[in-house]
Amino acid sequence: MEMQIRQPVSSRVNVGRAERVVSLASGLALLAYTVTRRPKLGLPLGLNAGYMLYRGATGHCVFYQTLGINRAQANGHEGIRVERAVTVNRPKAELYQMWRDFENLPRFMEHLESVHVDESDGERSHWVAKAPLGQTIEWDSEVIEERENELLVWKSLPGSLVESMGRVEFVDAPGGRGTIVHVSMEYNPPAGSLGAALAKLFGEEPDQQINEDLRHFKQIAETGEVATVQGQPTGRGRQQDSTFTKRNGRRNR
Amino acid sequence: MKAVCWNGIVNVGVEEVPDPKLINPRDAIIKVTSTAICGSDLHLYNGYVPTMKKGDILGHEFMGEVVEVGDEVPNLAPGDRVVVPFPIACGRCFFCERGLWSLCDNSNPNAALAEGLYGHSPAGIYGYSHLMGGYAGGQAEYVRVPFADVGPLKIENGFRDEQVLFLTDIFPTGYMAAEQANIQPGDTVAVWGCGPVGQFVIQSAWMFNPARVIAIDRFPERLEMAQMYGRAEIINYEEGVDVVETLKQMTGGMGPDVCIDAVGMEAHKTGLEGAYDFAKQTVRIESDRPYVLRETIQACRKGGTVSLAGVYGGFIDTIPMGAAFNKGLTIKMGQAHVHRYLKPLFEKIESGQIDPSFVVTHVLPLEEAPAAYEIFKKKLDGCVKVVLKP
Repeated sequence: MEMQIRQPVSSRVNVGRAERVVSLASGLALLAYTVTRRPKLGLPLGLNAGYMLYRGATGHCVFYQTLGINRAQANGHEGIRVERAVTVNRPKAELYQMWRDFENLPRFMEHLESVHVDESDGERSHWVAKAPLGQTIEWDSEVIEERENELLVWKSLPGSLVESMGRVEFVDAPGGRGTIVHVSMEYNPPAGSLGAALAKLFGEEPDQQINEDLRHFKQIAETGEVATVQGQPTGRGRQQDSTFTKRNGRRNR
Repeated sequence: MKAVCWNGIVNVGVEEVPDPKLINPRDAIIKVTSTAICGSDLHLYNGYVPTMKKGDILGHEFMGEVVEVGDEVPNLAPGDRVVVPFPIACGRCFFCERGLWSLCDNSNPNAALAEGLYGHSPAGIYGYSHLMGGYAGGQAEYVRVPFADVGPLKIENGFRDEQVLFLTDIFPTGYMAAEQANIQPGDTVAVWGCGPVGQFVIQSAWMFNPARVIAIDRFPERLEMAQMYGRAEIINYEEGVDVVETLKQMTGGMGPDVCIDAVGMEAHKTGLEGAYDFAKQTVRIESDRPYVLRETIQACRKGGTVSLAGVYGGFIDTIPMGAAFNKGLTIKMGQAHVHRYLKPLFEKIESGQIDPSFVVTHVLPLEEAPAAYEIFKKKLDGCVKVVLKP
């Protein structure tokens, strides 16, 4: 079995460069103060200094991460490329089949409105993605590489408005623990407003969105449904409840 | 229907809300006959758990009668009387298959939020903040139960609600704390906290044949309960005693073989709130809230086990890691995997080995929930455990 270590596209760095320098400097200053003056609150100050140094040196802030803040990247909409992996407690043949019928994808991929597979050959499909203000963006794709139960690669047809590519690989998890599903998706939207609209669909953190999509894929594969609280009662009037995060999970019925 | 809603800090109300309906195929709707207020509900009540929203329906200890089932719930039918585990678990993921039900991979709709804080998401929990899924809770006339094909246990015999209700949380929580503590015959078990969970820790500890159980608290009525129902020796730490030193002397210098924390940490040290304000949190190092955890580590005999039943949520500091390491301690913890204890513990109730209703001090109508929270919080009127009747 071939195993590859994949470097996630996004890293743990979520603190901007200038802020890291400030973090390092203030951490050092605080440490110096704590060591030389020995103030009453030495322990908390020392810990704080240590944390600032860690944050500056690694560029990783636990609290930013907790709050979903990322100040490390500038946001453009020049293109989206995401790689994620998820372990699903089902055999790979079953997961492959679920994925191979592209019409299933909108059940768990938030940005997709629908996918229609051309019944004549099963290789070509028509994709409709959601865009803000009820608009849609459409393109055609075809399967360009396929190994049954193992690998599926599809790509938009030449001349499509949206240049996109997807790759999903199914690998047996060690110890009979189901299947590790490696997914990579690439979108190169056109310049201009449609491109911006597509980029907006993925928000500021496309990897998190794909993460949610894969989580829902796993939930459907393992439990037959997507966990949700949408539609449950609350004391907030008669409006439907929603999940706490910005994006709501897709419902499967 | 009527439901107990979190309306803000120290502010719960009984509100008129829509009835729950089936959303997913594995859902069931339960008409609640009894529901309890948990000590951990007080963390929400006091506003120390982040990600609560006004209007959230509270409650994770509840039982009742099935009124509706989804297409994929073959095991239940309307009219069945059931108790429902507080963790929501799918039964089919890696974790559920290994009996780690409170770590279910598939039941938290807000898993990303929890992953941000914990690295991975634990199971969803009814009425226990949006971090734990934002599920509507069971302090209501009706409640939606997801994955009802694997969670609820049917109770067919003629037991009163108060005798089986605590299978939903505090009995399994107490039992797991004792079980994972690896109690050996002849051991001395020390239990911090004589609230409802502590009482069940004490009861459960005896099931593993220790020689002694020592209970620590400051409320006389709770210590009395531990003495009377739990045959425990007691320490009232408000009487100016050093708990660690007292335990050492009581055990001839050895220290208790097993130390169980049934207090946990006030949630105000935890979670997102701490994250919002690092400075605030550092100042709180001076707070004595992780005191119990520190004491258990300090008191425990060399090579012994510290077991945590009380809830921890965020970051804590000044834990004597050196003591834990150099004394070779084992530390066990986690939310109870209620599903795996339901049947065996119900059998203990059936056989008369235990009657969990001994902890109940107050039974009130659901409408009186606001007063009930106040009584429970302030431990007025000798309150140990409140059961609400919708």
